[in-house]
Amino acid sequence: MTDAVRNSAGESRFGLGPEDKPILVASGFVLVILAIGTAYTLVTQGSATLLSPTYLLQQLQVGAFLGIVAAGMMLVILLGHIDLSVPWTLAAAAMMATAVGGGAAIPVGLAVGLLVGLVNGFGVAYLRIPSMIFTLGVNAVMRGLMVAHTGGFAPQTAATDLMQWLAVGKVLGVPAALLVWAAISVGVVLLLNRTATGRYIYAIGNKEAAAYLAGAPTRRVIITAFALCGMAAGLAGTLLAGYSTKAYQGMGDAYLLPAIAAVVIGGTHILGGKGRYLGTLIGVILIVLLNSVLSIMQMPEAGRQVIYGGVIILMLLVYGRGQKVTQ
Amino acid sequence: MNTATGSSDLRIRIRQNAGLLTAIAVFLVFYIFYNANHPRGFSNAVLIQNSNEVFTLAMVAMAQTVPVLLGGLDLSVGAIMTLVNTLASHVMNGSPLQMLGGALLCLATGALCGFFNGCVVVFGRIQPIIATLATGAIFIGIALFLRPSPGGDVDGDLSWAATNDLLEVAATYGFAEGGEAAWFQPIAWIPVPLLILIAMGALVWLPYARSVTGRTVYAIGSGEGAAYMSGLNIERAKISAFTMGGFFAGVGGLYLALQTSSGNADIPQAGAYTLNSIAAVVIGGTSLLGGAGGAIGSIFGALVLRTISFNFRIFEFDPLLQPLFEGVVLLTAVSLGALRVLRVRNTLELFR
Repeated sequence: MTDAVRNSAGESRFGLGPEDKPILVASGFVLVILAIGTAYTLVTQGSATLLSPTYLLQQLQVGAFLGIVAAGMMLVILLGHIDLSVPWTLAAAAMMATAVGGGAAIPVGLAVGLLVGLVNGFGVAYLRIPSMIFTLGVNAVMRGLMVAHTGGFAPQTAATDLMQWLAVGKVLGVPAALLVWAAISVGVVLLLNRTATGRYIYAIGNKEAAAYLAGAPTRRVIITAFALCGMAAGLAGTLLAGYSTKAYQGMGDAYLLPAIAAVVIGGTHILGGKGRYLGTLIGVILIVLLNSVLSIMQMPEAGRQVIYGGVIILMLLVYGRGQKVTQ
Repeated sequence: MNTATGSSDLRIRIRQNAGLLTAIAVFLVFYIFYNANHPRGFSNAVLIQNSNEVFTLAMVAMAQTVPVLLGGLDLSVGAIMTLVNTLASHVMNGSPLQMLGGALLCLATGALCGFFNGCVVVFGRIQPIIATLATGAIFIGIALFLRPSPGGDVDGDLSWAATNDLLEVAATYGFAEGGEAAWFQPIAWIPVPLLILIAMGALVWLPYARSVTGRTVYAIGSGEGAAYMSGLNIERAKISAFTMGGFFAGVGGLYLALQTSSGNADIPQAGAYTLNSIAAVVIGGTSLLGGAGGAIGSIFGALVLRTISFNFRIFEFDPLLQPLFEGVVLLTAVSLGALRVLRVRNTLELFR
């Protein structure tokens, strides 16, 4: 109670708002992970590999794919929806981009993502089908299309030079993928905080009926958010194909749940309406670093999964607890 | 007067169960069509094979139903199924007593996993979808620990008996004169998985749904605040819902171990079962918003999903187009719910 009063009373601009707590806790946890990992490498290898800038940049480069997916996913989660079609949107964009090749590769990858996003948005905004089940169906259709297209094998076509450069190339020592992620991040922050659409996204996530009555173009905003989420998945797929020089079956499967987890760990409410992009950014970094420390420790997959699940629960127990229903 | 109320009563019941009835109708159409075109259609061998193929998904769909009725979602049902599957591949052998103990252990493990989910949701006050996303990872981790690579040792006799009809059960274990007794003939054709499925519906689900706790689950799905103000025990109902889910998923996992004679901590498979279970629940007429539907509908939802794939097998359908067709059918099935939009007169009714 006292906290809430203090926060609403003007300290919120410079002090700790309720939305800052997840970000602080998550950042603290990132430091804890780094400390544990460094202690481990100091003991076993006698060097602090984890803290070297090259290693960190390399990890962030790998994390960029997850980061881009999570940025799009956050827009949809803020609406109170979810996009389960990300895995095969990502794979389809990658496969189409490599199939077309040449200068059109990247636009085609983005267009695939945009198209899927528009379909998702149409189903959710106009047909009013719960996003959970509609995007699940769209995911199944995209998988079907890609199996029919590729024959169920990894396509033989290779990623274009530009795609490979964007994924593994460097600009003044900074990985290009990281710059793409940074550009997307700036775009999302501007969208959420500086445009009417961004404010409508929060409003719809809080109470769609109220946003509608207040004159928000709810359907257009929902379609926009899904389209952007689809494009983010498409971009991640195009980059990932560049990273591994080709597209392959199931390449997007490993991105759906971590993206949702990153968004939620960052303090965005899973039912929408609340959350800051900075949190998502830190959530992605947390998951990427956790993965890399666990692989340095040569943790078997079993232990990884348990720790992964345990960390999510722990983080949410600290700050993600909902209100008790008392009326 | 009496007949008038009777018929309007029936009409109300039909309207309330429209989803379930549609699922049953769609299933019957597809299944009869399948059997009519199958070279050995309407034979017991086909029935046994099909009930084996449908059983695990039907159980996982039942598992998914209970949290969905709450207005939540359980993303860990596939993981619980996989965990119990790997556990069963260790304990389902030895003496009959050992196997009985093993089976009980498996079912208890499933229920315990569900109980854990319920506790995280109720006492941790974390949204079910994200809580079960996390616990699902933990369960998969334990499953991988139990069975790092596929394999296992499951009693052959039990495996044979559990995946065939009652005649083979009697023949395997030598009762009812090895299944030849005259009184045994009327029931000898029943496939064991079908029998367990009916038992789960009639002896576990229906009593639960009609208990106060089960009613509370529906009430929470319709309006948690109202349920609380009515003095219902919300916490107990929520925990029980997730525990029931875990139990059903555990039955599915145990059966999968008997069916495949092995355990496999297959992460993509667990994910596929979870996602298909949501689809089955929706096709079976349960509202994702909670409060309406039931596990019997989900069984038919699972039957519809599987029967569609059966039909692909008998026609010379390009196997590469099969996933696409399944996806389109799934998307069409869930889009039928959109017909509601056409009836809405006031846009505000769209937002619930």
